[in-house]
Amino acid sequence: MIPLPPFFMRLPLRRCLLAAIVAVSLPLQADDAVAPAADAAAETTAEAAPAAPTAYPDVIRALGTASLSERTALLEALLATKNPNTAAVLTAWLEDHLHVRDADGAVFITAEAEANYQLTDPLTMATAGSEPAEGFTKIGSNNNLRKLLRSALASFKLGNPDAAVRLAAVQEMLRAPDELTLTMLREQAKTEQDPAVLKAIAAGQAYADLTSDSADTRLAAVNVLSGALDGETLAKLEALREEANEPDERVRSAASVAISSIALKRKFFSAIETLFFGLSLGSVLVLAAIGLAITFGVMGVINMAHGELMMIGAYTAYVVQQLMPTHLAASILISIPAAFVVSGLVGIAIERGVVRFLYGRPLETLLATFGISLFLQQLVRSIFSPLNRSVATPEFMSGQWVINDALSLTWNRLYIVVFTMVVFAALQLILRRTSLGLKVRAVSQNRAMARSMGINSDRVDAITFGLGSGIAGVAGVALSQLTNVGPNLGQSYIIDSFMVVVFGGVGNLWGTVIGGMTLGVAGKLLEPAVGAVMAKIAMLVFIILFIQRRKQGLFPQKGRAAEGH
Amino acid sequence: MKMNLIKTALLATAAALSFSAQAADDTIKVGVLHSLSGTMAISETTLKDTVLMLIEEQNKKGGVLGKKLEAVVVDPASNWPLFAEKASELIDKNKVSVVFGCWTSVSRKSVLPVFEKSNSLLFYPVQYEGEESSKNVIYTGAAPNQQAIPAVDYLMKDLKVKRWVLEGTDYVYPRTTNKILEAYLKAKGVKAEDIIVNYTPFGFSDWQSEVSKIKAFGSAGKKTAVVSTINGDANVPFYKELGNQKISAEDIPVVAFSVGEEELSGIDTKPLVGHLAAWNYFESVKSPANTAFIKAWQTYIKNPKRTTNDPMEATYIGFNLWVKAVEKAGTTDTTKVIDTLPGLEVPNLTGGTAKLLPNHHITKPVYIGEIKEDGQFETVWQTKAEVPGDAWSDFLDGSKDLESDWVALKCGNYNTKLKKCSN
Repeated sequence: MIPLPPFFMRLPLRRCLLAAIVAVSLPLQADDAVAPAADAAAETTAEAAPAAPTAYPDVIRALGTASLSERTALLEALLATKNPNTAAVLTAWLEDHLHVRDADGAVFITAEAEANYQLTDPLTMATAGSEPAEGFTKIGSNNNLRKLLRSALASFKLGNPDAAVRLAAVQEMLRAPDELTLTMLREQAKTEQDPAVLKAIAAGQAYADLTSDSADTRLAAVNVLSGALDGETLAKLEALREEANEPDERVRSAASVAISSIALKRKFFSAIETLFFGLSLGSVLVLAAIGLAITFGVMGVINMAHGELMMIGAYTAYVVQQLMPTHLAASILISIPAAFVVSGLVGIAIERGVVRFLYGRPLETLLATFGISLFLQQLVRSIFSPLNRSVATPEFMSGQWVINDALSLTWNRLYIVVFTMVVFAALQLILRRTSLGLKVRAVSQNRAMARSMGINSDRVDAITFGLGSGIAGVAGVALSQLTNVGPNLGQSYIIDSFMVVVFGGVGNLWGTVIGGMTLGVAGKLLEPAVGAVMAKIAMLVFIILFIQRRKQGLFPQKGRAAEGH
Repeated sequence: MKMNLIKTALLATAAALSFSAQAADDTIKVGVLHSLSGTMAISETTLKDTVLMLIEEQNKKGGVLGKKLEAVVVDPASNWPLFAEKASELIDKNKVSVVFGCWTSVSRKSVLPVFEKSNSLLFYPVQYEGEESSKNVIYTGAAPNQQAIPAVDYLMKDLKVKRWVLEGTDYVYPRTTNKILEAYLKAKGVKAEDIIVNYTPFGFSDWQSEVSKIKAFGSAGKKTAVVSTINGDANVPFYKELGNQKISAEDIPVVAFSVGEEELSGIDTKPLVGHLAAWNYFESVKSPANTAFIKAWQTYIKNPKRTTNDPMEATYIGFNLWVKAVEKAGTTDTTKVIDTLPGLEVPNLTGGTAKLLPNHHITKPVYIGEIKEDGQFETVWQTKAEVPGDAWSDFLDGSKDLESDWVALKCGNYNTKLKKCSN
């Protein structure tokens, strides 16, 4: 077995840390908490450096040489010094701006200025000149330390005049509430005026009250918490339902009632969430398939290189972003038309160069376009290297829209759902309302007749193929926000795209949309029950069976054109 | 008929000539069996370049046994059956003395019979699921007890993790690793309801439901961690989704076994910062050997920003082990080299020593690092000493009685209970 060094002290460090912060006289309840915390602090000192420094300058200096585990103890010591500069030091530490000078072990708060550091002395907060960055080592942190740092910093902000800052501080402190955090918050509640902050404190308080000795307090806490939606509250209440954990009958039944109400609400919101997941997966499928719906559906060309046209679109987004690295949001917007043009031109080149010689020979078309897809992949590998490229997500597309504790929707998915709708609407407009669309429909319905009406069918073919390819490029831009931009991007979507088009009904854009959304939602409904792998298999089997029954898909093309296919 | 006879004779002479030419040839051929195209090209191309660099360096030092090394590079194109074909080509046609190659377990399984049948030697440089030991393969990557188990120990002891999500891509490495981890966690007293195991297909990109499930699982009031054996391309959308659903490493850390510097260099690292990875080497580990290696690599590849990674270190160790064994044996004859290899020691890049054990695995230190914004790792934990690789896991029913020892027992799967070798 592996020898494990006692790198991190196995102590409730958070507890002793906060014990140090709360050096005020505590209300009665907190007394039992302080005693073990004091023990813990004593143990920490014994396990850490032989003589733990207590004076502010010593603590700061010790930070420079301490190991990650010793730094936890030093953080506590630092807070105990109550030096007014502590908050600034902690902020710098959290943001990786605390450095030690290798030459003499002096610790500085640094600000980057090209290859130099602007130094600030944490003892005096006076600037101490600027020196080359090579002479410094960062005082790092790890997840545990960062959590402690954030919590400690939050406690400094409780006195902030801005209620929003105080609310954020309370929420930060309640991320892992314990007896001492709550004591501080209880103190805060006495002077706090803002209702939102008070509500947050009350919720945190209710957690603590669940373990109170008085049954009435517990009952009140359960009632407060019955309006919550988060899983943590649910887990806490579930523990109270057991007779072993909760002697009082009233509390048990109140907990049961609260649980069923919370569980019901959560079920409702999770259904909405699943539906949204399904729609967002569906819209990705539609976006990937809709270009194919034109080339395959309208023109009847089996284009195996469709995925690679998406890949080219994604790489276009990458290149555009490289050209304007400072304007993330704008670069994404610009790459949409850019990708349309680039992929469209590549599509036209494929059509003029290869596909037009193979009309009416589906098998040869399939093989030729498959060859093109391999060619394009290797081309991209040679130009951009086989490594994936990253397309950064602009600020407005990252994060999520928090509706409540049980439901939040991610922005990038929301945007993509909307974007798919826009692309679909634009495509419908082109096909239904422009003369190009009229010609495309005419050629696809009856080539000979269209030609005899004076339509240049060769040109229309090229433009139609270019349109489908351009849409694939636009889909690639959207995909660059969701997944890797790499040479294999297209391959992962080509099968899904064909699936959607065949399921929706060849030659019908509405079919593609409905088909894609149906498959997306069905997939997401299945996924939690049977797992992602089985869900995918089940969808394929379903489509195979469905196509057996309805050979033309969901929305078959009607009329004479259909027979031609 | 006569013509045929003459032809045969001619061919035989030609063969004999070419054979003597080969023998007189003053190069030693080294096969490189890494995909240069297809899905795995992203990872394997780097290892091909590493071997070429090591060969170049060795030749500058005068080669091996007074002969220059000559690389024979083939491209199995991420196509598993093609790996076996290309391996035969290297061994039978090019007569290579040793092969450095493979990345995925399925490619290794595909070439295994080829190497065993022709008694050739393969150095395999990637962390894998264990449960295998071949006389003809030297495993310089980590076995599960050199990566997965220490990582879980770290989470359990230092981060006090109580609930576990074992999230993996659906193929042999994650399946076996998760089986071992599940058995290990249960042996440590973790209840079945506190573990979920979940698999997704290769290249999976729609992580919404999976991540939302992790979030729900992790919000039950107990510290939760995700142990990820998600492979390759699926990682980026996974971490992106974690970031978008605001799952921070401070609340639910993800420890990954397949995300290294190379993978991080291609992606936007913002959503990954603070998440963990367990490896036996980090580019950020400070040691003179590592500094020199990084410099040599960046000069060789002509890119001052190119990263190094764990499988590269494993390739480096494997290459040096082979050179040392050949020099000690005084020949490139596979049987003799294989007999010489166990017990040899070469320095690794992190300041320690890699020793080849009788089970054809090596000793390795274990590092756990947090991902930083610049795509490097900051070590937060490491083992005091090197951990010996264990071919057969001690936590699985079928394998805990098995032992591999190619020196004393001459057996890859000796059953200590039945006291016999099953092959």
